[in-house]
Amino acid sequence: MSIAAKFEIEYLQYLDQDGKETGKEMPAFAKDLDHMVELYKLMVSTRVFDTKSIALQRTGKLGTYASCLGHEAAHVGIGSAMRREDSLAVSYREYGAQLYRGVKPREVYTYWGGDERGNDFAEAPAHDFAWCVPIGTQCLHAAGSALAFKIRNEPRVAVCTIGDGGSSKGDFYGAINVAGAQNLPLVAVIVNNQWAISVPRRIQSGSGTLAQKGIAAGLFCIQVDGNDIIAVRKAMEDALERARSGQGGSVIEAVTYRLGDHTTADDARRYRGEQEVKDAWARDPVPRLRKWLEAQGKWDDAKEEAWKAECDDWMDNEVNAYLESKVQPATAMFDYLYAELPADLEKQRELVASLDRK
Amino acid sequence: MAQITLIEAVTQALAYEMRNDDRVVVLGEDVGVNGGVFRATQGLQEQFGEMRVIDTPLDEGTIAGLTVGLAAQGMRPVAEAQFEGFIYPMMEHIACHAARMRNRTRGRITVPAVWRAPWGGGIRAPEHHSEANEHLFTNIPGLRVVLPSSPARAYGLLLAAIRDPDPVIFFEPKRIYRQYKEEVPDDGEALPLDVCFVLRDGTDVTLVTWGAQVKECLEAADALAEKGISAEVIDVATLTPLDFDTIAESVTKTGRCVIVHEAPKTAGFGAEIAARLSEECLYSLLAPVERVTGFDTHIPLFRLEMKYLPSVERIVEAAERTLAAS
Repeated sequence: MSIAAKFEIEYLQYLDQDGKETGKEMPAFAKDLDHMVELYKLMVSTRVFDTKSIALQRTGKLGTYASCLGHEAAHVGIGSAMRREDSLAVSYREYGAQLYRGVKPREVYTYWGGDERGNDFAEAPAHDFAWCVPIGTQCLHAAGSALAFKIRNEPRVAVCTIGDGGSSKGDFYGAINVAGAQNLPLVAVIVNNQWAISVPRRIQSGSGTLAQKGIAAGLFCIQVDGNDIIAVRKAMEDALERARSGQGGSVIEAVTYRLGDHTTADDARRYRGEQEVKDAWARDPVPRLRKWLEAQGKWDDAKEEAWKAECDDWMDNEVNAYLESKVQPATAMFDYLYAELPADLEKQRELVASLDRK
Repeated sequence: MAQITLIEAVTQALAYEMRNDDRVVVLGEDVGVNGGVFRATQGLQEQFGEMRVIDTPLDEGTIAGLTVGLAAQGMRPVAEAQFEGFIYPMMEHIACHAARMRNRTRGRITVPAVWRAPWGGGIRAPEHHSEANEHLFTNIPGLRVVLPSSPARAYGLLLAAIRDPDPVIFFEPKRIYRQYKEEVPDDGEALPLDVCFVLRDGTDVTLVTWGAQVKECLEAADALAEKGISAEVIDVATLTPLDFDTIAESVTKTGRCVIVHEAPKTAGFGAEIAARLSEECLYSLLAPVERVTGFDTHIPLFRLEMKYLPSVERIVEAAERTLAAS
């Protein structure tokens, strides 16, 4: 038998689920323990933020919200590896990555609270994309960004994130396909949380790993423990470096678990068993990193309490800023439709203005 | 000065803008070495290289999504859909992202992109190569839908479309790609978007149309003139945002209106114009508004397609009915 092609997919893990090192040589960034503490603190603040968001929704102060519970290592790992000039195209729950890049919790609340102004980031990079609800479409926006960077010969990388379900979409395949064909600086991260609303990973795709989808596109592919931030961050750093230096794009599959419902409009008890969720909590990324930091002598109960209290204050402040923001005038629906409002729409705008005055 | 066809005017506009603005790139299937299946991008890759005239993988969704990404990161992409019948996989990116990005982000991210597509019937092409589907785009807020009807307007409107800060669908009537030549100076002068062009003055009836059907309307106006009927002909050119004032002014003067388009009648863009006339010009009308359109069927394969497309005869008859009514 002659072989036309064969491949293997590396699996990367530095910390096991108890926070013990697997014996692999730690990457350079992980030896900077103060930096690791910063990453841990952002994972905790992301979780505090997420808890607050759900509470806001349950009390009618937020619309439908997509929780990131359980994805903190994957998301912070992605965001923390990127440079500011790189571009990020997310779907709608990658808050850990976005907070690292400067998106404010109040902006998240504003968007999911029914106001487009939440997408007008004040401090995050202006070239980062907005939340993208149509599944998978952001992958091609990232590929287009990567193409723009390549055309202009800029050492920048476009990153997109997508779920296990999203990796079934043509847009995902189209993005990695063109990235391979044109050698684009694209890093596509599949955050595989096992569930696409109610559809489990096993009937989402017959692909043995989701990472290997990138093999057919000619990209570098790796699967990592998505609850191990060191593994996610290392895979991201390597992928970004390859892309930045013209060596091509990557697909990273970060294997994690959606500990919460798909959104606040979903009830996951309808389609998955308690035991599975219980088992997944044992792999929770936040205590895993905490245990490791404690073993390094960099974290303890007092610090945990102090930081959580600080996060509570921070989020309360963000929530208040959101709740106190005034609703836009109704004519705001016309304000950014075109660069300049076409004459033909002025009458409609006037009508809305008059209704608003009533 | 060289006389050029409509398709050569498209090429001339693309080349002009690529010479003058590094941000302009062209992408699509076969747009590179092959110069496009209609040759709209002929010679551009030789002039501007593979990084600015990009042969993409054969996936319309990919082309459309790349276009959004390029524009969002400061480029001025001009994407080609090989035929208007293949534009459907592009529509998600056009409707859900290109048209909404400015609104969604309160102006932080914009999508100054153009989607070009050969449009309409009458070239004896296979199935899916002859559609008139502009009305599927005119109902999408935040877009411009532009249809040139002559070499000069193709040149001037395409330059305007590329320079426009918002996304534009630019449908090129392929039936008249090579119908005639005219002088089109390569002076970089854009024509205004969002305005109708009055191609012929008249006093008895207004013929309102766009795209290839401009040809039939001008011929109908000639035929009507022989019968002593003076027809005004308006090329709408930019369907949305609509310059209704020009149409209203004309119909107020003539009191009669025939709207002509290739697309199916029901919910075609002619329905919007007729509705506006009833809202704003009813008391000036001397006769019911007539619509001469494709039928509410699929455009037949080419043995029958000319029976589907509005003919000079149908337009003349409709105009005469408006005159008979008053």
